[in-house]
Amino acid sequence: MRIAWRRARLDGRHPQTPTARSLQFTVPGWPGHLPGQHVDVRLTADDGYQAVRSYSLAAPADGDRIELGVQSVPGGEVSPYLADELPEGAEVEVRGPLGNWFVWRSEQTEPVLLVAGGSGVVPLMAMIRAHRAARSVAPFHLLYSVRTPAEIWYGDELTDRGPSLDVHLLFTRERPPGDSRAVGRLAQADLEKQAARLERTSPVFVCGPTAFVETAADLLTGLGLDPATIRTERFG
Amino acid sequence: MSSFSPGFRGRARSLADRLPPGQYPTEQFPVLSAGPTPRVSTDTWTFTITTETGETHSWTWAEMMALPQQETVTDIHCVTRWSKFDTPWRGVPLDAFFEDVETAADFVTVDSHGGYTTNLPLEDLLDGQAWIAHTYDGYPLSPEHGGPARLLVPHLYFWKSAKWVRGLRLTHEDEPGFWESVGYHTYGDPWREQRNWGD
Amino acid sequence: MADDTAHLDGNCLAGPLSEILSVEATTAWWRCPECARSGPLAKLHVYGPDPGLTARCPGCAHIALRLVRDGDHVWLSLGGGTGAFRFRTA
Repeated sequence: MRIAWRRARLDGRHPQTPTARSLQFTVPGWPGHLPGQHVDVRLTADDGYQAVRSYSLAAPADGDRIELGVQSVPGGEVSPYLADELPEGAEVEVRGPLGNWFVWRSEQTEPVLLVAGGSGVVPLMAMIRAHRAARSVAPFHLLYSVRTPAEIWYGDELTDRGPSLDVHLLFTRERPPGDSRAVGRLAQADLEKQAARLERTSPVFVCGPTAFVETAADLLTGLGLDPATIRTERFG
Repeated sequence: MSSFSPGFRGRARSLADRLPPGQYPTEQFPVLSAGPTPRVSTDTWTFTITTETGETHSWTWAEMMALPQQETVTDIHCVTRWSKFDTPWRGVPLDAFFEDVETAADFVTVDSHGGYTTNLPLEDLLDGQAWIAHTYDGYPLSPEHGGPARLLVPHLYFWKSAKWVRGLRLTHEDEPGFWESVGYHTYGDPWREQRNWGD
Repeated sequence: MADDTAHLDGNCLAGPLSEILSVEATTAWWRCPECARSGPLAKLHVYGPDPGLTARCPGCAHIALRLVRDGDHVWLSLGGGTGAFRFRTA
């Protein structure tokens, strides 16, 4: 297949949280992609040293424009540079689209459960946006776990939801006024209602830090879901 | 000047004498892993040297702790380009284990819990160049860093300092280990920048 | 990566394997010779990326593959053991 490295020009960045950014790139020759796929981003220093990291695509294909979500990790080699230093108009290299496993296709009609931990919402947002763009009637259920209200990505879009998207926010450290759930980590009770609305073949997409994904997958299997329907994407 | 990612430098690399080529100094102690971290109890821990004739010499944790102990403060260099200066270790020099071992072998394969292996010439383990280290900076070595005991061979890239060490096998031929068999250098001298197979 | 000891999924092998395989790899079926668990490559547990990628069975941690990039070469080892393929990619 030999997917080529392509030049990607940074058109703009938008803050999502105090430490997370959406980055818009133009990638001439971009072949298009499916929601849930990722790219590898390659940075090159003057002395030839290169670093490659994977980032999820946050939106469906839009010609040669792509959107990535980058969470700046303190002390990280690549993410703080992408999040705050790469100048607008400058280029990096990207390789993609990558991965056909963690993908939702708009012709699928079963109800879908999306479970996101922190910045794991990025590839799921691509699915939500594709779902909206396709005017899909497949019911989408998003369960989104964040530490505090300030750490919600895509807040406006998730508030202004359509009829077939239902969103549950779950706070692990600090909750907004009026939120009735006690703060705490994802538990079985958080998943029961959504799991009950699924069909036997419904796809479940779980993305987040490794420990979050392990917990969520175990809870879902414990609720009787077929492990074969649960697709996960972990990041360190 | 690269036309991509202007201003990206990677981590800062300096030219201090103590820094081998292509390395950057760090205050951190990064943890790299190729698998789940084994949890090894000192109650059941043993260290075994197997010679090329199949003769074995084994030590329990208590027997190892009864051998002469040494403190060493040394710089370590990881092939992923970080170097850490003045790391304080306590352990047993390999010379103490080899005192009664009869061998004509030239090479060693190091075996670890979890299946990791690495290879090196026997002479690089002797003459005060290598230790079975069980204490780091005054504390028992943590499992993430190879505890209860790891090999310490600071003059070679740090992948040679196998974590969770459980034994040595003496061999006549140099047999590639876990990373050496997929492109890393068979010897791994940081000062000659022997990172990969062809270096 | 915040926690280097945490593992990733086989999903992250898509890019590195695309350099040497002509078919998208993460949906490939795989079976563990140790514990007989099977599933898509995307479900393997992957440790790395440095000094190399090590993909293991999510059930018993038996090694499924290892992949190392070295200049113009990609090294690939399948299963456990120390056999390997070296591919020239440039």
